[in-house]
Amino acid sequence: MIRRALNVLAKRLVKSMPDWHSHEIMHELNAIITIAYRDLTKFLRDHPRLFISFVFPLLFIGVLGKTFDANLGSMAGFNFLTFVFTGVLAQVLFQSTASGVISLIEDRENDFSQAIFIAPISRYSIILGKILGESLVSLSQAIGIIIFGLILGIPLTLGTFFTLIPAAIIACFLGGAFGIFVLANLGTQRRANQIFPLVIFPQIFLAGAINPIKHLPPILFFLSRITPLTYAVDLVRNVYYAGTPEYSKTVLHGTITNLAVIILFFTAFLTLGTYFFVRNERNK
Amino acid sequence: MPRVIEVKNLVKRYRKADTNAVDNLSFSVDAGEFFALLGPNGAGKTTTISILTTTLAKTSGAITIAGFDVDRSASSVRKNIGVIFQQPSLDLNLTAEENVRLHANLYGLYPFRPTYVLMPEPYQKRVRELADVLGISDALFDPIKTFSGGMRRKLEIIRSLMHHPRILFLDEPTTGLDPVSRKNLWEYLRQVRNQERTTVFLTTHYLEEAEDADRICIIDHGKIVSLGTPAEIKKGLIEEYILMDVKDQKALRSELTHLGIEFSVADLFRVSLNGKTAYQIIKAIHTPLTVLKIHNPTLEEAYLEMIQREAE
Repeated sequence: MIRRALNVLAKRLVKSMPDWHSHEIMHELNAIITIAYRDLTKFLRDHPRLFISFVFPLLFIGVLGKTFDANLGSMAGFNFLTFVFTGVLAQVLFQSTASGVISLIEDRENDFSQAIFIAPISRYSIILGKILGESLVSLSQAIGIIIFGLILGIPLTLGTFFTLIPAAIIACFLGGAFGIFVLANLGTQRRANQIFPLVIFPQIFLAGAINPIKHLPPILFFLSRITPLTYAVDLVRNVYYAGTPEYSKTVLHGTITNLAVIILFFTAFLTLGTYFFVRNERNK
Repeated sequence: MPRVIEVKNLVKRYRKADTNAVDNLSFSVDAGEFFALLGPNGAGKTTTISILTTTLAKTSGAITIAGFDVDRSASSVRKNIGVIFQQPSLDLNLTAEENVRLHANLYGLYPFRPTYVLMPEPYQKRVRELADVLGISDALFDPIKTFSGGMRRKLEIIRSLMHHPRILFLDEPTTGLDPVSRKNLWEYLRQVRNQERTTVFLTTHYLEEAEDADRICIIDHGKIVSLGTPAEIKKGLIEEYILMDVKDQKALRSELTHLGIEFSVADLFRVSLNGKTAYQIIKAIHTPLTVLKIHNPTLEEAYLEMIQREAE
Protein backbone atom coordinates (compact mmCIF):
# COMPACT_ATOMS: atom_id res chain seq x y z
CA MET A 1 0.00 0.00 0.00
CA ILE A 2 2.66 2.48 1.12
CA ARG A 3 4.98 1.17 -1.58
CA ARG A 4 2.38 1.79 -4.24
CA ALA A 5 1.69 5.27 -2.99
CA LEU A 6 5.41 5.98 -3.05
CA ASN A 7 5.69 4.69 -6.60
CA VAL A 8 2.84 6.91 -7.76
CA LEU A 9 4.44 9.85 -6.03
CA ALA A 10 7.82 9.11 -7.56
CA LYS A 11 6.28 8.79 -11.02
CA ARG A 12 4.63 12.21 -10.66
CA LEU A 13 7.93 13.67 -9.59
CA VAL A 14 9.67 12.14 -12.59
CA LYS A 15 7.03 13.55 -14.95
CA SER A 16 7.44 17.03 -13.57
CA MET A 17 11.16 17.05 -14.38
CA PRO A 18 12.31 19.13 -17.36
CA ASP A 19 12.86 17.41 -20.68
CA TRP A 20 16.30 15.96 -20.13
CA HIS A 21 16.74 14.60 -23.62
CA SER A 22 17.63 17.89 -25.23
CA HIS A 23 20.71 18.51 -23.14
CA GLU A 24 24.08 17.00 -23.80
CA ILE A 25 25.07 17.74 -20.20
CA MET A 26 22.01 15.87 -18.94
CA HIS A 27 23.08 12.88 -20.99
CA GLU A 28 26.52 12.91 -19.37
CA LEU A 29 25.01 13.42 -15.90
CA ASN A 30 22.70 10.53 -16.56
CA ALA A 31 25.69 8.38 -17.44
CA ILE A 32 27.60 9.46 -14.31
CA ILE A 33 24.67 8.55 -12.08
CA THR A 34 24.21 5.24 -13.89
CA ILE A 35 27.86 4.28 -13.42
CA ALA A 36 27.80 5.30 -9.75
CA TYR A 37 24.55 3.47 -9.07
CA ARG A 38 25.96 0.33 -10.64
CA ASP A 39 29.02 0.42 -8.39
CA LEU A 40 26.96 0.77 -5.25
CA THR A 41 24.45 -1.93 -6.24
CA LYS A 42 27.22 -4.34 -7.13
CA PHE A 43 28.84 -3.77 -3.74
CA LEU A 44 25.65 -4.18 -1.73
CA ARG A 45 24.79 -7.44 -3.52
CA ASP A 46 28.26 -8.93 -3.16
CA HIS A 47 27.94 -10.39 0.32
CA PRO A 48 31.42 -11.91 0.69
CA ARG A 49 32.94 -8.57 -0.37
CA LEU A 50 30.66 -6.75 2.08
CA PHE A 51 31.82 -9.01 4.87
CA ILE A 52 35.54 -8.73 4.03
CA SER A 53 35.33 -4.96 3.72
CA PHE A 54 34.29 -4.78 7.38
CA VAL A 55 36.78 -7.27 8.80
CA PHE A 56 39.95 -5.18 8.45
CA PRO A 57 38.62 -1.94 9.92
CA LEU A 58 37.11 -3.93 12.77
CA LEU A 59 40.45 -5.64 13.39
CA PHE A 60 42.25 -2.30 13.40
CA ILE A 61 39.79 -0.61 15.70
CA GLY A 62 38.77 -3.54 17.89
CA VAL A 63 42.15 -5.19 18.38
CA LEU A 64 44.73 -2.50 17.71
CA GLY A 65 42.72 0.34 19.22
CA LYS A 66 41.73 -1.64 22.27
CA THR A 67 45.23 -2.95 22.97
CA PHE A 68 46.84 0.44 22.46
CA ASP A 69 44.30 2.02 24.73
CA ALA A 70 44.70 -0.59 27.46
CA ASN A 71 48.51 -0.32 27.48
CA LEU A 72 49.38 3.20 26.34
CA GLY A 73 46.18 5.13 26.87
CA SER A 74 47.09 6.60 30.21
CA MET A 75 50.47 7.85 28.91
CA ALA A 76 49.06 9.51 25.83
CA GLY A 77 46.59 11.54 27.79
CA PHE A 78 43.74 10.83 25.37
CA ASN A 79 41.49 7.90 24.57
CA PHE A 80 43.42 5.77 22.11
CA LEU A 81 40.41 3.79 20.97
CA THR A 82 38.70 6.96 19.76
CA PHE A 83 41.94 8.08 18.15
CA VAL A 84 42.29 4.86 16.18
CA PHE A 85 38.58 4.86 15.34
CA THR A 86 38.71 8.31 13.73
CA GLY A 87 41.95 7.49 11.91
CA VAL A 88 40.72 4.18 10.53
CA LEU A 89 37.45 5.78 9.48
CA ALA A 90 39.28 8.33 7.31
CA GLN A 91 41.74 5.71 6.06
CA VAL A 92 38.98 3.30 4.98
CA LEU A 93 37.13 6.05 3.13
CA PHE A 94 40.30 7.10 1.32
CA GLN A 95 41.70 3.64 0.63
CA SER A 96 38.48 1.95 -0.38
CA THR A 97 37.60 4.67 -2.86
CA ALA A 98 41.13 4.65 -4.28
CA SER A 99 41.25 0.89 -4.75
CA GLY A 100 37.74 0.88 -6.22
CA VAL A 101 38.74 3.45 -8.80
CA ILE A 102 41.92 1.52 -9.63
CA SER A 103 39.78 -1.52 -10.44
CA LEU A 104 38.86 0.34 -13.66
CA ILE A 105 41.99 -1.25 -15.17
CA GLU A 106 40.72 -4.74 -14.62
CA ASP A 107 37.15 -3.79 -15.39
CA ARG A 108 38.02 -2.78 -18.90
CA GLU A 109 38.39 -6.44 -19.81
CA ASN A 110 35.56 -7.74 -17.67
CA ASP A 111 31.85 -7.63 -17.09
CA PHE A 112 29.68 -4.64 -17.85
CA SER A 113 32.58 -2.17 -17.75
CA GLN A 114 33.62 -3.23 -21.26
CA ALA A 115 30.29 -1.87 -22.41
CA ILE A 116 30.84 1.36 -20.48
CA PHE A 117 33.98 2.03 -22.48
CA ILE A 118 32.20 1.78 -25.84
CA ALA A 119 29.15 3.79 -24.75
CA PRO A 120 28.75 7.19 -26.41
CA ILE A 121 29.78 9.09 -23.30
CA SER A 122 32.75 11.23 -22.35
CA ARG A 123 35.75 9.53 -20.73
CA TYR A 124 35.50 12.20 -18.04
CA SER A 125 32.01 10.99 -17.19
CA ILE A 126 33.36 7.47 -16.75
CA ILE A 127 35.97 8.75 -14.29
CA LEU A 128 33.55 10.98 -12.37
CA GLY A 129 30.93 8.23 -12.25
CA LYS A 130 33.51 5.79 -10.96
CA ILE A 131 34.76 8.18 -8.25
CA LEU A 132 31.20 8.93 -7.18
CA GLY A 133 30.23 5.25 -7.17
CA GLU A 134 33.25 4.12 -5.19
CA SER A 135 32.68 6.99 -2.75
CA LEU A 136 29.17 5.69 -2.13
CA VAL A 137 30.62 2.22 -1.59
CA SER A 138 33.12 3.59 0.94
CA LEU A 139 30.46 5.62 2.72
CA SER A 140 28.28 2.55 3.18
CA GLN A 141 31.32 0.78 4.64
CA ALA A 142 31.76 3.74 6.98
CA ILE A 143 28.23 3.28 8.31
CA GLY A 144 29.20 -0.23 9.39
CA ILE A 145 32.37 1.07 11.05
CA ILE A 146 30.45 3.75 12.92
CA ILE A 147 27.92 1.24 14.20
CA PHE A 148 30.80 -0.94 15.40
CA GLY A 149 32.34 2.11 17.08
CA LEU A 150 29.09 2.83 18.90
CA ILE A 151 28.98 -0.75 20.14
CA LEU A 152 32.52 -0.34 21.49
CA GLY A 153 31.30 2.72 23.35
CA ILE A 154 32.95 5.44 21.27
CA PRO A 155 31.20 8.71 22.13
CA LEU A 156 29.42 10.17 19.12
CA THR A 157 26.73 12.82 19.34
CA LEU A 158 24.19 13.31 16.58
CA GLY A 159 25.69 16.73 15.91
CA THR A 160 29.18 15.31 15.43
CA PHE A 161 27.77 12.56 13.22
CA PHE A 162 26.24 15.11 10.87
CA THR A 163 29.38 17.24 10.71
CA LEU A 164 31.38 14.07 9.97
CA ILE A 165 29.38 13.48 6.79
CA PRO A 166 30.95 16.26 4.67
CA ALA A 167 34.41 15.40 6.02
CA ALA A 168 33.83 11.75 5.08
CA ILE A 169 32.75 12.69 1.56
CA ILE A 170 35.85 14.85 1.14
CA ALA A 171 38.06 11.94 2.28
CA CYS A 172 36.40 9.73 -0.38
CA PHE A 173 36.89 12.24 -3.17
CA LEU A 174 40.54 12.71 -2.27
CA GLY A 175 40.97 8.92 -2.33
CA GLY A 176 39.18 8.71 -5.67
CA ALA A 177 41.38 11.37 -7.25
CA PHE A 178 44.45 9.64 -5.81
CA GLY A 179 43.18 6.38 -7.34
CA ILE A 180 42.88 7.95 -10.80
CA PHE A 181 46.41 9.31 -10.47
CA VAL A 182 47.80 5.87 -9.59
CA LEU A 183 45.65 4.16 -12.21
CA ALA A 184 46.82 6.45 -15.01
CA ASN A 185 50.41 5.46 -14.35
CA LEU A 186 49.88 1.70 -14.22
CA GLY A 187 49.51 -0.58 -17.20
CA THR A 188 47.99 -3.78 -15.89
CA GLN A 189 45.89 -4.99 -12.99
CA ARG A 190 48.73 -7.27 -11.95
CA ARG A 191 51.02 -4.31 -11.55
CA ALA A 192 48.27 -2.37 -9.80
CA ASN A 193 47.87 -5.19 -7.29
CA GLN A 194 51.60 -5.18 -6.68
CA ILE A 195 51.93 -1.43 -6.38
CA PHE A 196 48.78 -0.59 -4.43
CA PRO A 197 49.95 -1.86 -1.00
CA LEU A 198 53.18 0.10 -1.55
CA VAL A 199 51.33 3.37 -2.04
CA ILE A 200 48.77 2.72 0.71
CA PHE A 201 50.60 1.20 3.69
CA PRO A 202 53.25 3.90 4.06
CA GLN A 203 50.43 6.42 3.92
CA ILE A 204 48.53 4.71 6.74
CA PHE A 205 51.55 4.96 9.03
CA LEU A 206 52.76 8.38 7.87
CA ALA A 207 49.26 9.84 8.14
CA GLY A 208 48.97 8.66 11.73
CA ALA A 209 45.75 6.76 11.16
CA ILE A 210 46.53 4.41 14.05
CA ASN A 211 49.75 5.86 15.46
CA PRO A 212 50.22 9.34 16.93
CA ILE A 213 52.49 11.55 14.77
CA LYS A 214 52.57 14.68 16.89
CA HIS A 215 56.31 14.25 17.35
CA LEU A 216 58.40 12.96 14.47
CA PRO A 217 62.08 13.00 13.42
CA PRO A 218 62.68 15.48 10.53
CA ILE A 219 62.63 12.97 7.65
CA LEU A 220 59.44 11.30 8.82
CA PHE A 221 57.95 14.71 9.52
CA PHE A 222 58.60 15.76 5.95
CA LEU A 223 57.23 12.50 4.52
CA SER A 224 54.12 12.64 6.67
CA ARG A 225 53.36 16.18 5.52
CA ILE A 226 53.53 15.26 1.82
CA THR A 227 51.25 12.28 2.38
CA PRO A 228 47.74 12.99 1.04
CA LEU A 229 46.03 10.71 3.57
CA THR A 230 47.47 12.80 6.44
CA TYR A 231 45.09 15.61 5.63
CA ALA A 232 42.03 13.39 5.27
CA VAL A 233 42.73 11.80 8.67
CA ASP A 234 43.38 15.18 10.25
CA LEU A 235 40.22 16.66 8.76
CA VAL A 236 38.07 13.88 10.22
CA ARG A 237 39.76 14.32 13.62
CA ASN A 238 39.28 18.09 13.42
CA VAL A 239 35.58 17.53 13.09
CA TYR A 240 35.38 14.76 15.68
CA TYR A 241 37.49 16.40 18.39
CA ALA A 242 36.20 19.96 17.81
CA GLY A 243 35.61 21.64 21.15
CA THR A 244 36.98 18.78 23.27
CA PRO A 245 39.99 19.00 25.61
CA GLU A 246 41.68 16.27 23.55
CA TYR A 247 41.72 18.48 20.40
CA SER A 248 45.20 19.89 20.91
CA LYS A 249 46.70 16.44 21.55
CA THR A 250 45.13 14.68 18.57
CA VAL A 251 44.88 17.24 15.78
CA LEU A 252 47.75 18.56 13.64
CA HIS A 253 46.35 21.43 11.59
CA GLY A 254 43.20 23.51 11.52
CA THR A 255 40.26 22.67 9.28
CA ILE A 256 41.08 25.46 6.81
CA THR A 257 44.68 24.26 6.35
CA ASN A 258 43.49 20.70 5.81
CA LEU A 259 40.85 21.73 3.31
CA ALA A 260 43.28 23.93 1.39
CA VAL A 261 45.86 21.13 1.08
CA ILE A 262 43.18 18.59 0.16
CA ILE A 263 41.84 20.84 -2.59
CA LEU A 264 45.37 21.24 -3.92
CA PHE A 265 46.03 17.48 -3.94
CA PHE A 266 42.59 16.71 -5.34
CA THR A 267 42.93 19.13 -8.26
CA ALA A 268 46.44 17.98 -9.11
CA PHE A 269 45.61 14.25 -8.94
CA LEU A 270 42.37 14.58 -10.85
CA THR A 271 43.70 16.72 -13.70
CA LEU A 272 46.96 14.83 -14.14
CA GLY A 273 45.33 11.44 -13.61
CA THR A 274 42.46 12.10 -16.01
CA TYR A 275 44.79 13.55 -18.61
CA PHE A 276 47.09 10.53 -18.61
CA PHE A 277 44.25 8.05 -18.30
CA VAL A 278 42.37 9.41 -21.30
CA ARG A 279 45.59 9.70 -23.28
CA ASN A 280 46.78 6.17 -22.51
CA GLU A 281 43.41 4.50 -22.66
CA ARG A 282 43.41 3.85 -26.41
CA ASN A 283 47.14 4.04 -27.08
CA LYS A 284 48.42 0.57 -26.50
CA MET B 1 24.27 -0.12 -51.47
CA PRO B 2 25.87 2.38 -49.10
CA ARG B 3 29.00 1.31 -47.33
CA VAL B 4 28.77 1.29 -43.54
CA ILE B 5 32.33 0.24 -42.85
CA GLU B 6 35.26 1.50 -44.84
CA VAL B 7 38.80 0.52 -43.91
CA LYS B 8 41.76 1.83 -45.90
CA ASN B 9 45.36 0.79 -45.30
CA LEU B 10 44.82 0.09 -41.62
CA VAL B 11 48.05 -0.48 -39.70
CA LYS B 12 48.39 -1.18 -36.00
CA ARG B 13 51.68 -1.63 -34.25
CA TYR B 14 51.48 -2.03 -30.48
CA ARG B 15 53.89 -0.09 -28.36
CA LYS B 16 57.12 -2.00 -27.84
CA ALA B 17 56.27 -4.44 -30.66
CA ASP B 18 58.60 -5.02 -33.63
CA THR B 19 55.94 -6.19 -36.05
CA ASN B 20 52.55 -4.89 -37.11
CA ALA B 21 49.61 -6.68 -35.48
CA VAL B 22 47.48 -5.42 -38.35
CA ASP B 23 49.38 -4.80 -41.55
CA ASN B 24 47.81 -2.65 -44.27
CA LEU B 25 44.24 -3.98 -44.19
CA SER B 26 41.72 -2.57 -46.64
CA PHE B 27 38.12 -3.69 -47.01
CA SER B 28 34.60 -2.34 -46.90
CA VAL B 29 31.24 -3.63 -45.75
CA ASP B 30 27.88 -2.77 -47.30
CA ALA B 31 24.76 -1.88 -45.31
CA GLY B 32 22.87 -5.00 -44.30
CA GLU B 33 25.75 -7.29 -45.16
CA PHE B 34 26.89 -10.19 -42.99
CA PHE B 35 30.66 -9.89 -43.01
CA ALA B 36 32.99 -12.38 -41.36
CA LEU B 37 36.59 -11.72 -40.42
CA LEU B 38 38.16 -15.14 -40.22
CA GLY B 39 41.61 -16.15 -39.06
CA PRO B 40 43.58 -18.20 -36.57
CA ASN B 41 44.36 -16.98 -33.05
CA GLY B 42 46.72 -14.04 -33.14
CA ALA B 43 45.85 -13.12 -36.72
CA GLY B 44 44.80 -9.61 -35.72
CA LYS B 45 41.03 -10.06 -35.53
CA THR B 46 40.48 -8.65 -32.06
CA THR B 47 42.91 -5.82 -32.75
CA THR B 48 40.94 -4.92 -35.88
CA ILE B 49 37.55 -5.07 -34.16
CA SER B 50 38.87 -3.02 -31.22
CA ILE B 51 40.00 -0.28 -33.59
CA LEU B 52 36.70 -0.35 -35.50
CA THR B 53 34.75 -0.07 -32.24
CA THR B 54 36.88 2.89 -31.02
CA THR B 55 38.48 1.23 -27.98
CA LEU B 56 41.96 1.09 -29.52
CA ALA B 57 43.85 3.75 -31.47
CA LYS B 58 45.23 2.81 -34.88
CA THR B 59 48.79 3.51 -35.99
CA SER B 60 47.80 4.67 -39.47
CA GLY B 61 45.08 4.31 -42.08
CA ALA B 62 41.60 5.70 -42.55
CA ILE B 63 38.41 4.22 -41.11
CA THR B 64 34.83 5.37 -41.33
CA ILE B 65 31.98 3.60 -39.54
CA ALA B 66 28.43 4.55 -40.47
CA GLY B 67 29.96 7.56 -42.22
CA PHE B 68 31.90 8.78 -39.17
CA ASP B 69 35.64 8.87 -38.70
CA VAL B 70 36.66 6.59 -35.80
CA ASP B 71 39.12 9.12 -34.38
CA ARG B 72 37.42 12.44 -34.96
CA SER B 73 33.82 11.35 -34.29
CA ALA B 74 34.28 8.44 -31.89
CA SER B 75 31.11 9.31 -30.01
CA SER B 76 28.97 9.26 -33.18
CA VAL B 77 30.53 5.94 -34.14
CA ARG B 78 29.67 4.53 -30.72
CA LYS B 79 26.04 5.63 -31.05
CA ASN B 80 25.74 3.64 -34.26
CA ILE B 81 27.29 0.36 -33.20
CA GLY B 82 26.50 -2.50 -30.88
CA VAL B 83 29.27 -4.77 -29.63
CA ILE B 84 29.28 -8.32 -28.31
CA PHE B 85 32.63 -8.83 -26.66
CA GLN B 86 34.73 -11.94 -26.57
CA GLN B 87 34.58 -11.87 -22.76
CA PRO B 88 31.09 -11.86 -21.25
CA SER B 89 30.13 -8.29 -20.43
CA LEU B 90 27.30 -8.69 -17.96
CA ASP B 91 27.28 -7.89 -14.26
CA LEU B 92 26.53 -11.19 -12.58
CA ASN B 93 25.09 -9.71 -9.40
CA LEU B 94 22.60 -7.60 -11.30
CA THR B 95 19.37 -8.90 -12.81
CA ALA B 96 18.86 -9.31 -16.54
CA GLU B 97 16.62 -6.25 -16.59
CA GLU B 98 19.16 -4.18 -14.65
CA ASN B 99 21.89 -5.06 -17.13
CA VAL B 100 19.67 -3.91 -19.97
CA ARG B 101 18.58 -0.79 -18.05
CA LEU B 102 22.16 0.32 -17.33
CA HIS B 103 22.90 0.04 -21.02
CA ALA B 104 19.83 2.04 -22.01
CA ASN B 105 20.78 4.71 -19.48
CA LEU B 106 24.36 4.96 -20.70
CA TYR B 107 23.21 5.42 -24.27
CA GLY B 108 20.86 8.16 -23.15
CA LEU B 109 17.80 6.31 -24.44
CA TYR B 110 15.94 6.83 -21.19
CA PRO B 111 16.74 8.85 -18.07
CA PHE B 112 18.22 7.00 -15.11
CA ARG B 113 15.76 5.60 -12.57
CA PRO B 114 16.72 3.28 -9.73
CA THR B 115 13.93 0.76 -10.35
CA TYR B 116 12.17 -0.85 -13.29
CA VAL B 117 8.78 0.48 -12.16
CA LEU B 118 10.02 4.06 -12.34
CA MET B 119 11.33 3.69 -15.90
CA PRO B 120 9.18 5.19 -18.69
CA GLU B 121 6.48 3.03 -20.31
CA PRO B 122 8.23 2.66 -23.71
CA TYR B 123 11.28 1.20 -21.99
CA GLN B 124 9.20 -1.31 -20.05
CA LYS B 125 7.39 -2.28 -23.21
CA ARG B 126 10.58 -2.80 -25.22
CA VAL B 127 12.20 -4.87 -22.47
CA ARG B 128 9.12 -7.06 -22.09
CA GLU B 129 8.93 -7.56 -25.86
CA LEU B 130 12.55 -8.57 -26.14
CA ALA B 131 12.26 -10.84 -23.11
CA ASP B 132 9.33 -12.58 -24.78
CA VAL B 133 11.29 -13.11 -27.97
CA LEU B 134 14.07 -14.66 -25.89
CA GLY B 135 11.75 -16.65 -23.73
CA ILE B 136 13.27 -15.23 -20.55
CA SER B 137 10.26 -13.26 -19.32
CA ASP B 138 10.16 -15.34 -16.16
CA ALA B 139 13.85 -14.79 -15.46
CA LEU B 140 13.91 -11.09 -16.32
CA PHE B 141 14.29 -10.07 -12.69
CA ASP B 142 16.66 -12.86 -11.68
CA PRO B 143 20.40 -12.28 -11.22
CA ILE B 144 22.46 -13.14 -14.29
CA LYS B 145 24.49 -15.64 -12.30
CA THR B 146 21.54 -18.04 -12.47
CA PHE B 147 21.64 -17.88 -16.31
CA SER B 148 23.28 -20.44 -18.60
CA GLY B 149 26.09 -19.35 -20.95
CA GLY B 150 23.74 -19.38 -23.94
CA MET B 151 21.10 -17.29 -22.17
CA ARG B 152 23.76 -14.75 -21.18
CA ARG B 153 24.95 -14.42 -24.76
CA LYS B 154 21.40 -13.89 -25.95
CA LEU B 155 20.84 -11.24 -23.32
CA GLU B 156 23.98 -9.46 -24.50
CA ILE B 157 22.60 -9.41 -28.03
CA ILE B 158 19.30 -8.04 -26.77
CA ARG B 159 21.13 -5.38 -24.82
CA SER B 160 23.32 -4.38 -27.74
CA LEU B 161 20.21 -3.93 -29.90
CA MET B 162 18.42 -1.62 -27.45
CA HIS B 163 19.74 1.49 -29.18
CA HIS B 164 19.04 0.16 -32.69
CA PRO B 165 22.65 0.12 -33.89
CA ARG B 166 23.33 0.13 -37.62
CA ILE B 167 26.19 -2.31 -37.19
CA LEU B 168 26.49 -5.16 -34.74
CA PHE B 169 30.05 -6.28 -34.00
CA LEU B 170 30.54 -9.77 -32.59
CA ASP B 171 34.02 -10.78 -31.42
CA GLU B 172 34.20 -14.59 -31.34
CA PRO B 173 30.77 -14.75 -29.74
CA THR B 174 30.60 -18.52 -29.39
CA THR B 175 33.69 -18.80 -27.18
CA GLY B 176 32.77 -20.98 -24.23
CA LEU B 177 29.35 -22.04 -25.53
CA ASP B 178 28.21 -25.64 -25.93
CA PRO B 179 27.15 -26.82 -29.41
CA VAL B 180 23.42 -26.39 -28.74
CA SER B 181 23.84 -22.83 -27.47
CA ARG B 182 26.00 -22.09 -30.50
CA LYS B 183 23.34 -23.29 -32.88
CA ASN B 184 20.67 -21.29 -31.07
CA LEU B 185 22.82 -18.19 -31.15
CA TRP B 186 23.19 -18.34 -34.95
CA GLU B 187 19.50 -19.00 -35.31
CA TYR B 188 18.73 -15.97 -33.19
CA LEU B 189 21.22 -13.79 -35.07
CA ARG B 190 19.58 -14.74 -38.35
CA GLN B 191 16.26 -13.62 -36.91
CA VAL B 192 17.74 -10.33 -35.78
CA ARG B 193 19.23 -9.68 -39.20
CA ASN B 194 15.90 -10.33 -40.86
CA GLN B 195 13.95 -8.15 -38.45
CA GLU B 196 16.27 -5.23 -37.80
CA ARG B 197 18.28 -5.26 -41.04
CA THR B 198 21.40 -4.79 -38.98
CA THR B 199 24.81 -5.08 -40.60
CA VAL B 200 26.73 -7.84 -38.85
CA PHE B 201 30.51 -7.86 -38.49
CA LEU B 202 31.72 -11.13 -37.04
CA THR B 203 35.16 -12.34 -36.08
CA THR B 204 35.74 -16.03 -35.63
CA HIS B 205 38.40 -18.66 -35.99
CA TYR B 206 35.86 -21.31 -36.97
CA LEU B 207 35.30 -21.55 -40.67
CA GLU B 208 31.87 -23.15 -40.29
CA GLU B 209 30.67 -20.04 -38.46
CA ALA B 210 31.78 -17.85 -41.34
CA GLU B 211 30.23 -19.99 -44.07
CA ASP B 212 26.83 -18.32 -43.70
CA ALA B 213 28.33 -14.87 -44.22
CA ASP B 214 27.74 -12.84 -47.38
CA ARG B 215 31.46 -12.25 -47.56
CA ILE B 216 34.45 -13.66 -45.73
CA CYS B 217 37.75 -11.93 -45.18
CA ILE B 218 40.50 -14.31 -44.12
CA ILE B 219 43.43 -12.68 -42.37
CA ASP B 220 46.64 -14.02 -40.96
CA HIS B 221 49.60 -12.20 -39.45
CA GLY B 222 47.58 -9.01 -39.85
CA LYS B 223 47.31 -9.35 -43.64
CA ILE B 224 44.43 -10.30 -45.90
CA VAL B 225 44.88 -13.79 -47.29
CA SER B 226 41.58 -14.03 -49.10
CA LEU B 227 38.47 -11.89 -49.46
CA GLY B 228 35.19 -12.67 -51.18
CA THR B 229 31.95 -14.64 -51.05
CA PRO B 230 32.21 -18.13 -49.54
CA ALA B 231 32.05 -19.55 -53.08
CA GLU B 232 34.84 -17.30 -54.31
CA ILE B 233 36.94 -18.08 -51.27
CA LYS B 234 36.43 -21.76 -51.92
CA LYS B 235 37.57 -21.36 -55.51
CA GLY B 236 40.65 -19.40 -54.56
CA LEU B 237 41.57 -21.47 -51.58
CA ILE B 238 40.95 -24.95 -52.80
CA GLU B 239 43.39 -26.57 -55.12
CA GLU B 240 42.06 -29.75 -56.67
CA TYR B 241 44.56 -32.11 -58.20
CA ILE B 242 45.35 -35.76 -58.77
CA LEU B 243 48.51 -37.42 -57.59
CA MET B 244 49.58 -40.40 -59.62
CA ASP B 245 52.55 -42.61 -60.30
CA VAL B 246 53.46 -45.20 -62.89
CA LYS B 247 56.23 -47.71 -63.55
CA ASP B 248 57.01 -46.16 -66.91
CA GLN B 249 57.33 -42.46 -66.11
CA LYS B 250 58.43 -41.56 -69.62
CA ALA B 251 55.25 -42.97 -71.13
CA LEU B 252 52.98 -40.99 -68.80
CA ARG B 253 54.99 -37.83 -69.39
CA SER B 254 54.54 -38.03 -73.14
CA GLU B 255 50.92 -39.06 -72.84
CA LEU B 256 50.03 -36.12 -70.59
CA THR B 257 51.94 -33.71 -72.83
CA HIS B 258 50.19 -35.15 -75.83
CA LEU B 259 46.76 -34.73 -74.18
CA GLY B 260 47.65 -31.14 -73.23
CA ILE B 261 47.16 -31.76 -69.51
CA GLU B 262 49.21 -29.60 -67.12
CA PHE B 263 51.30 -31.47 -64.62
CA SER B 264 54.36 -31.26 -62.42
CA VAL B 265 56.56 -34.00 -61.08
CA ALA B 266 58.02 -34.22 -57.62
CA ASP B 267 57.92 -37.66 -56.04
CA LEU B 268 54.63 -38.20 -57.79
CA PHE B 269 52.96 -36.72 -60.84
CA ARG B 270 50.74 -33.87 -59.81
CA VAL B 271 47.99 -33.14 -62.29
CA SER B 272 45.79 -30.05 -61.84
CA LEU B 273 42.12 -30.56 -62.59
CA ASN B 274 41.66 -27.10 -64.12
CA GLY B 275 37.90 -27.38 -64.28
CA LYS B 276 37.85 -30.99 -65.48
CA THR B 277 36.63 -33.78 -63.23
CA ALA B 278 39.07 -36.36 -61.94
CA TYR B 279 37.15 -39.02 -63.84
CA GLN B 280 37.60 -37.28 -67.21
CA ILE B 281 41.35 -37.13 -66.74
CA ILE B 282 41.81 -40.67 -65.52
CA LYS B 283 39.65 -41.98 -68.34
CA ALA B 284 41.88 -40.26 -70.89
CA ILE B 285 45.07 -41.87 -69.63
CA HIS B 286 46.04 -45.32 -70.87
CA THR B 287 49.39 -45.77 -69.13
CA PRO B 288 48.81 -48.20 -66.21
CA LEU B 289 48.92 -46.30 -62.89
CA THR B 290 50.49 -47.64 -59.71
CA VAL B 291 49.38 -44.77 -57.44
CA LEU B 292 46.25 -42.66 -57.66
CA LYS B 293 45.18 -40.04 -55.14
CA ILE B 294 42.53 -37.39 -55.63
CA HIS B 295 43.05 -34.21 -53.65
CA ASN B 296 39.67 -32.54 -53.23
CA PRO B 297 39.59 -30.88 -49.80
CA THR B 298 36.57 -29.35 -48.13
CA LEU B 299 36.69 -25.64 -47.44
CA GLU B 300 37.50 -26.46 -43.82
CA GLU B 301 40.50 -28.58 -44.83
CA ALA B 302 41.66 -25.96 -47.29
CA TYR B 303 41.47 -23.32 -44.55
CA LEU B 304 43.47 -25.49 -42.16
CA GLU B 305 46.06 -26.16 -44.88
CA MET B 306 46.35 -22.47 -45.51
CA ILE B 307 46.86 -21.69 -41.83
CA GLN B 308 49.46 -24.42 -41.52
CA ARG B 309 51.31 -23.13 -44.56
CA GLU B 310 51.28 -19.65 -43.05
CA ALA B 311 52.56 -20.98 -39.76
CA GLU B 312 55.58 -22.65 -41.35
